[in-house]
Amino acid sequence: MSPLQTPSQTVGPFFKPALIRSGNESLVTSNSRGERITIEGRILDGDAAGISDAMIELWQANADGRYDHPDDLQEKLIDPEFHGFGRAATDELGRFRFHTIKPGSATGPGNLLHAPHINVSIFARGLLKRLVTRIYFPGEQLNATDPVLNTVAPGRRSTLIARIENADQPGILRFDIVLQGENETVFFDV
Amino acid sequence: MNSPNGYRRESSGGHPPYDNPAYASTHKRAPRNAPVRLEHTLSEITGPRFAGDLPAPGEDDLTHFDGGEALGERIIVTGRVLDEDGRAIPHTVIEIWQANAAGRYAHAEDRHEAPLDPYFAGIGRVITDTQGAYRFMTVKPGAYPWRNHHNAWRPNHIHFSLFGPSFATRLITQMYFPGDPLLDLDPIFNSVPDRSARERLIAKFDIEVTIPEYALGYRFDFVIRGREATPTPG
Repeated sequence: MSPLQTPSQTVGPFFKPALIRSGNESLVTSNSRGERITIEGRILDGDAAGISDAMIELWQANADGRYDHPDDLQEKLIDPEFHGFGRAATDELGRFRFHTIKPGSATGPGNLLHAPHINVSIFARGLLKRLVTRIYFPGEQLNATDPVLNTVAPGRRSTLIARIENADQPGILRFDIVLQGENETVFFDV
Repeated sequence: MNSPNGYRRESSGGHPPYDNPAYASTHKRAPRNAPVRLEHTLSEITGPRFAGDLPAPGEDDLTHFDGGEALGERIIVTGRVLDEDGRAIPHTVIEIWQANAAGRYAHAEDRHEAPLDPYFAGIGRVITDTQGAYRFMTVKPGAYPWRNHHNAWRPNHIHFSLFGPSFATRLITQMYFPGDPLLDLDPIFNSVPDRSARERLIAKFDIEVTIPEYALGYRFDFVIRGREATPTPG
């Protein structure tokens, strides 16, 4: 008989000493290729209160749109200085911040170019299994034809697109994650 | 371009729903909208690996910390990481955390009035071998109260985090102990709808794993999602 999946359980409130290491919120070295960006935001609950005991993980392609993984068969360059994984905990106000690069476009089924995006996992006390969302980029032409963005109801797509809050600082992107209620972030079933 | 096949979906009834009335912390955190189904592409088929930060020797022994020996009942936990086809998952990192033998976490937010153990941090990491096997030594964690409802106690448990080969196979879970009377009363354990699936979270005592005169042995296998048999559409 085939073995059956191990069920998910909540990460609980006490994971930080085990899972959070300073430095994991930066995905880049000084030699990583690509345009440096900072992604910052808050995780909010159904009362719009910040969640201080959440963990966020990022998984993304490099500047050429290539994932550092053997199953990525695209003929694109690996970046030995960029592995694409980051992890951070929220602070007492529910804030998080990552330093990374803007990913390139990966090619999907039918040779369709996917819009650049970062894959996001969210874990917290009260989440019995992870939530998955994506961070897309503002003003990106490929957003209009991206197959995933187009599966999302038009009125909710904006929850997936990071914002530039200060035009003088285009490298700082804001991405709030609303777990519940008005402007609830779109989450994906993967 | 052809992509490798995607991964199977989470088993029906085999995982908790987001909203669980018995677990109070889900009330304001569970999304109200159903998640949007995503067909697997490179984003989900690929996934992170701990390339540059592998577990160091000693991270598989939680019973020694800061020059001393932890109090409590020493146990060995061992098993394999497999996928749904029974294939071994080699070289995958498992992160481990738990309360001490008195039921207290070495964490600033844990205010349970049970003693801290200066020689127990409750943190470990292991990596599976070529057969998908792992093994670590720790002390049996104590039960602790958690204020979810009147007289609420968490059963003895150990937390685990693992990645597997892809973004789709990411898993964080908890392992419980056989015969624990608190299991029937625990909303987190019972959040898994199927009884048979819940029981997969309970380790098995194994006298063969037990080290004479030293530590009790438990077996616990992790089963992560297997690959789809057919290529992803498109």
